Amino acid sequence: MTSASRGFFGRRRPSVDPARLPPGQYWTDDFPVLSAGPTPRTPIEDWSFTVRGGAAGTVTWTWEELGTLPTETFTVDIHCVTKWSKLDTTWTAISLDVLLERAAAEDAFVTAWSDGGYTTNVPLEDLIGGRAWLALAYDGEPLEPEHGGPARLLIPHLYFWKSAKWVRGLELRTDDEPGFWEGYGYHNYGDPWREQRYAGD
Amino acid sequence: MLDVPTWEGHLAGQHVDVRLTAEDGYQAQRSYSIASAPQDRSVTLTVDRLDDGEVSPYLVDVLQPGDALELRGPIGRYFVWEESLGGPLALIAGGSGVVPFRSMLRHHAAIGSAVPVRLLYSARSLPEVIFHEELVRLGAREAVDVRVALSRAWPDDWNGHRGRIDREYLREAAWPASSGPLVYVCGPTSFVEAVADALIDLGHDTDRIRTERFGATGSGLPAPSASQGGT
Amino acid sequence: MEALDGNAIAGQLMEVFGGEMTTVTGRCAGCRRTWQMAELEVHTHAPGTVGRCRDCGVVLMVLVTARGVTCVHLPGLVDLGMPTAP
Repeated sequence: MTSASRGFFGRRRPSVDPARLPPGQYWTDDFPVLSAGPTPRTPIEDWSFTVRGGAAGTVTWTWEELGTLPTETFTVDIHCVTKWSKLDTTWTAISLDVLLERAAAEDAFVTAWSDGGYTTNVPLEDLIGGRAWLALAYDGEPLEPEHGGPARLLIPHLYFWKSAKWVRGLELRTDDEPGFWEGYGYHNYGDPWREQRYAGD
Repeated sequence: MLDVPTWEGHLAGQHVDVRLTAEDGYQAQRSYSIASAPQDRSVTLTVDRLDDGEVSPYLVDVLQPGDALELRGPIGRYFVWEESLGGPLALIAGGSGVVPFRSMLRHHAAIGSAVPVRLLYSARSLPEVIFHEELVRLGAREAVDVRVALSRAWPDDWNGHRGRIDREYLREAAWPASSGPLVYVCGPTSFVEAVADALIDLGHDTDRIRTERFGATGSGLPAPSASQGGT
Repeated sequence: MEALDGNAIAGQLMEVFGGEMTTVTGRCAGCRRTWQMAELEVHTHAPGTVGRCRDCGVVLMVLVTARGVTCVHLPGLVDLGMPTAP
């Protein structure tokens, strides 16, 4: 066991309601940038969002077409598996209910894929019912590339690695295929309130 | 300066990991280059205090002589210079990337090496130049040439390079590629990549270019390791 | 966050492998280029540490520490070469 460093407290301040922090999390005021690779920069005219594997076949939206869909603006808390939590983050986003309904999603599992090759898997039931979004703006501003722009998933009830940055599509599957971090030992589901960080938690 | 009881000695250019632990178990870890030469009596780290940093303000403002510090190292056999590696040697630093080169130059002096060495050191302005007097003194040795470039602001009478270390300046000031120099580049990622690309463009052998990058924000010298919560 | 290089994880690699790793060589299974570990493109601001080929971007190495045990995955790294005693 390491002894404490005299006078070191870290950057965190325990000034928030502890009931809002899942177990093992620390509050942070800034918005750390996490990434497993370089920031992709796909020109917006080449960008599209695809849902494949639904009863409606492959459905693709261009950036322009997405802009015609209804958005919601709301405030949620987000929890990263690296132990920071950020409270009261405000997003403008399209509900995945809208996109998945258009694709006539039926299968039980979803793999999200992103520019740069990142993937993550989520049960379909976690993406419907107003619990998951395709986020286009943060704090009233278009999503910056370092935070996943032009669009990222937002699934605030799961650890934030599930909220794939630079997302380009969803694949509906009958089987559950582990994504990038899930394949390297992180928890397949990732519920922060049950502290499901690693496989076996 | 640190007194490390179990220190087994280091090579010029190596770094250490410093780990801090809060009472509640929260931990933060950063890497810092060793500024002292292997021949020096104590181990010296040079810490650039970053206002928005988590570890460097602690090391600069809070840590007192006599406090204990958890260290791991010395680490790294890639970004080191020993005389057997020869030269001519080009050391190219951006900002606090000069720290491992101070170790190499002190080592070079301590062993009385005749390997020709040139340090090109880019800082934003004169007050940001670290070790300036010492580097000038080390540069007075016959085999050593120290050149400071100021990229943003300079005194009216500044007779060093004004502006960035770019391809043109490297062509003029680094050893010509034809002389087959051994080149070390250390600094923020963007600096290292710009310099390395320019060197390759000038015909330098990629196998003779060694690089060490550190993050431009939120970390020390060089290279933050992943900072993690208490485990 | 800008990528770093393998020097940044030299300490972590030393702890896991019990020795100095930055000069160990490995070949990218994607583009076949050989690198020293110090030369990899390394992303540390992530749930784990990711090392990629600096040329083709393939994921060569992933380190994940769970419950005090670090698991080393080498999805794209082949032909590891350990330098003998320095």
